[in-house]
Amino acid sequence: MAQYMFLLFDSEEWYDNLTRDEWQQAMKLHGEFAAAVEKAGARILGGEALERSNTASTVKNREGAEPLVTDGPFIETREALGGFYVIEARDLDQALELAKLCPSGNIEVRPVMPTTEDAAPPA
Amino acid sequence: MVTEAVEVTRVVDRAHRESWSTVLSSVVRLTRDLDLAEDCTQDAFVQALRTWPDGIPDNPAGWLTTVARRLALDRLRRETNLRRKLPLLVEQPDEAEQPTDPLRLVFTCCHPALARESQVALTLRLICGLTTREVAAVLLIGEATAAARITRAKKKIAAAGIPYRIPADHELPARMDVVLTVVHLVYTAGYVATGVELTRADLTGRAIELARMLERLMPDEPEPLALLGLLLMTEARGDARVSADGELVLLADQDRSRWDGKLLAEGVSRATSALQRGHGRFALQAAVAGLHVTAPSWEKTDWGQVVRMYDAMMVSWPTPIVALNRVAARSLVPGADLEAVLVELDALSKEPALATYAYLPATRADVLTRLDRPEQAAEAYKQAIHLTANETERRFLTTRLTNLNR
Repeated sequence: MAQYMFLLFDSEEWYDNLTRDEWQQAMKLHGEFAAAVEKAGARILGGEALERSNTASTVKNREGAEPLVTDGPFIETREALGGFYVIEARDLDQALELAKLCPSGNIEVRPVMPTTEDAAPPA
Repeated sequence: MVTEAVEVTRVVDRAHRESWSTVLSSVVRLTRDLDLAEDCTQDAFVQALRTWPDGIPDNPAGWLTTVARRLALDRLRRETNLRRKLPLLVEQPDEAEQPTDPLRLVFTCCHPALARESQVALTLRLICGLTTREVAAVLLIGEATAAARITRAKKKIAAAGIPYRIPADHELPARMDVVLTVVHLVYTAGYVATGVELTRADLTGRAIELARMLERLMPDEPEPLALLGLLLMTEARGDARVSADGELVLLADQDRSRWDGKLLAEGVSRATSALQRGHGRFALQAAVAGLHVTAPSWEKTDWGQVVRMYDAMMVSWPTPIVALNRVAARSLVPGADLEAVLVELDALSKEPALATYAYLPATRADVLTRLDRPEQAAEAYKQAIHLTANETERRFLTTRLTNLNR
């Protein structure tokens, strides 16, 4: 078996007028997807929902200069997505410190969204 | 003893000005939730208006803090009971006031992972206690834009887990610059207020207070010291900046005997010791301010040295505004080549960042007047009058324009 990463791209406007029912419905669809994967004899090794892109921070690791932290997601120009880590850290400060150690030129740091049963739809 | 309603309003207003951030930050430490903390702080002030007529407490800030924290605890308990899911996510009730609380909140507001415009708006809202409408007025933006910036910044703080703490010693140098910049912007926003008043003493006062806290937090760093020196020297000239009938008086025309000698001495001594330890951008700005306040008169200011300070700033901090200040200083060096100055000013007028900056056409107008080109000078004054957002400045420029034709 080989391993593949699925990157999910969707319009964020969907979140704007989201009701609790619609949120539950979306969770159900992801549950059905997980079941379909199992049924096909494949496995989900990991996965998370992400908070909106406007909660992202980006660390630019520059040669010969201090790493630069900015507000917002990484705006792709010539670079391509080359990998990912899911890190558990104390708070954003620690996450950003670790991103500065990460061997990559640009690291977008995006909080993972809670999707447990009692979690509210994202604000 | 029943207190007059007017007196109560006065005391509550004063407590709001002086203690808003102390109360709020103490509640934030308890709740870690900015919106909840803000609501409860606001409610505590409303309660004060209601109950203080029966007697004003000896320690208004302490009273407000206790009430706001109790309101917050009540709400947290209620929500936890409703959900019966999570244990209380808050610290146990601890000391109500810690002197460093406002500073913690400043570092949260000025976190590098927030956009600069959000950092400033959030600082004005949370640390200076401005309403969203006031934030909008101070920053020259629409109220909806100000509200959106503040809301978005708060959401990011909550969702991304931006911590509520003063950075550790080894992190401070990297975090310091943003905080100093924002404190300087708060001071500037108060110094050239929009609307009828020339200054907003609450903002300038709060900025100086924060600069003092930062200096105490980082006693070995020259830049907080330099910022404090710069602000004190600017503040010392405040009264002389407005004439008896409320008109703006330029530095050139100010009665130097009206400057506050005590503030000046304090500012100069801080600027001097900062300059002995470094030449960061606030140290250089403080040096310029120091050259002004120690000169016997405008004419006898060491303009050559002022230009050299701006030259140094252009190396580490080459912004269009620094460039404009440099050219303006150059125009004042005795025997300056005003034609060459004009060429530089014209080049700067192509800078998008200066397109709405009233000081550029005002400086051009001054140079054109001295070159004896009244018609062009009049055009430049009109442009500056159109751009300034401050009523007192507008009257000043209008007088200059009128005097051209005499």
